[in-house]
This record gives sequence, structure tokens and C-alpha cells, in this order.
Amino acid sequence: MSFDVIIDLLTSVFLILGAFLSLAAGVGLIRFPDAIARMHATTKPQILGLIFILTAIALQERRWSTILMLVTLLLFQMMTAPISAHMIGRAGYRTGVVAPGSLLVDELAQAIERAQDEQVDAEHPDLRADSGERNESPD
Amino acid sequence: MNGWVFLVVGLMLTAAAGMALFRIARGPSILDRMIASDMLLTTIICALGAEMVYNSHTRSLAAMLVLAATAFLGSVVVARYVSRSGHK
Repeated sequence: MSFDVIIDLLTSVFLILGAFLSLAAGVGLIRFPDAIARMHATTKPQILGLIFILTAIALQERRWSTILMLVTLLLFQMMTAPISAHMIGRAGYRTGVVAPGSLLVDELAQAIERAQDEQVDAEHPDLRADSGERNESPD
Repeated sequence: MNGWVFLVVGLMLTAAAGMALFRIARGPSILDRMIASDMLLTTIICALGAEMVYNSHTRSLAAMLVLAATAFLGSVVVARYVSRSGHK
């Protein structure tokens, strides 16, 4: 086997892996029950599938200028994919798209509860249970 | 390189794009549609890359770069709109 044949074989494998991840994300998008589960499926080709495709390109075009461009592309994707996933997940949680029963651990609910308690305390100090004496003292 | 590799890759990417389109049309909430359109955009980036390997050129690299850099803006805007208005 010559060098070119091995490179072509590797390129084919990487291309098929990347396309398979896209296909798996599509199946997950159709089959999964709620928005968060669908988001979990679609993040697979966003990073790993793209890495496979970019590796295939880099194997075929072995020049520094191309590889530099591919690394930049991957960096951009790695920076921006979490931003959109975070915003969509937060919006989904707030509008009730996420079924509460589907979450085993819900740390955001505890954090929201804590924040609301602090807000109530700040706005109405006399509503606190331990400040009952302060309500009677002016009389 | 073998032609059937690109046939398989093209069929897989087309099927993925078709499923994303199905979810965009069907999706019960705006967020499902945004997730599906994100996924459609990722599939388009992958398809541009596969096409560059097939025709052995690098002309689409700039388009891939711009798509990867700006793909998040749409979903961020829609997510902000959804959480402001409480719209489902």
C-alpha cells in the first residue's frame, strides 16, 4: 500500500464517521422526547463530527495555510456552540419546555429558590421569621 | 478515492438534513425548531467540507469559517426573545 492509498482510506473513514454522527443526530432529533434530549443529540456533530470532517480535509490538503484555517474554524465552533446551547437551554427551562420529572438533579431550581429568598429578604425585612420582635418594638 | 464513499456520505448528510427539516416543520416549540436549525447548519458545514474533499479544492473554507463563527447569533436572539415574552 502506498502513502496515497493509506491517506485516501483514512480520509474515507473520517468522512463516513463525521457523516454518521450527523445522521445519528438527525435520528435523535426525531426520536427523543423533549427539547433538552434533542439538544443533547444535536451537539454530537457540532464538535466531534466537525472534527472528523476537518481531519479528512486536512489529510487531503496537506498545506499549512489550509490547516491553520481549519484550526481557526474549529476554535470558532468550539467557542460559539456552547453559547447557543446555554441560551437555548436556559430559555427552555424558563418557558417550561423541560419536563420537571425528566431531571434527576435540578441545581438551577435550588439556585433560583435561593435567589428569590434573598430578594424577598432584601425587599421585606419584616417578613422574616426571625424578625418578629422587630415588628412589635415600635408599638 | 472510491465513489461509493461519497455516495454514502452524501446520503447520510441528506438524511440528517431531512430529519432536521422535519423537526423544524413539526417541532412543538420554537426552541425545538431552533435546535433543529442549528443542527441543519452543522450539517451544511459538514456537507461543504465533504464536497471540498470530493472535488479537492479549498474554496469553501471561508464560507465554512463564517458559518461556524456566526451560527450562534440566530439561536441566541431567538432564545432571548422566548425567555422575555414567555412565548412557547
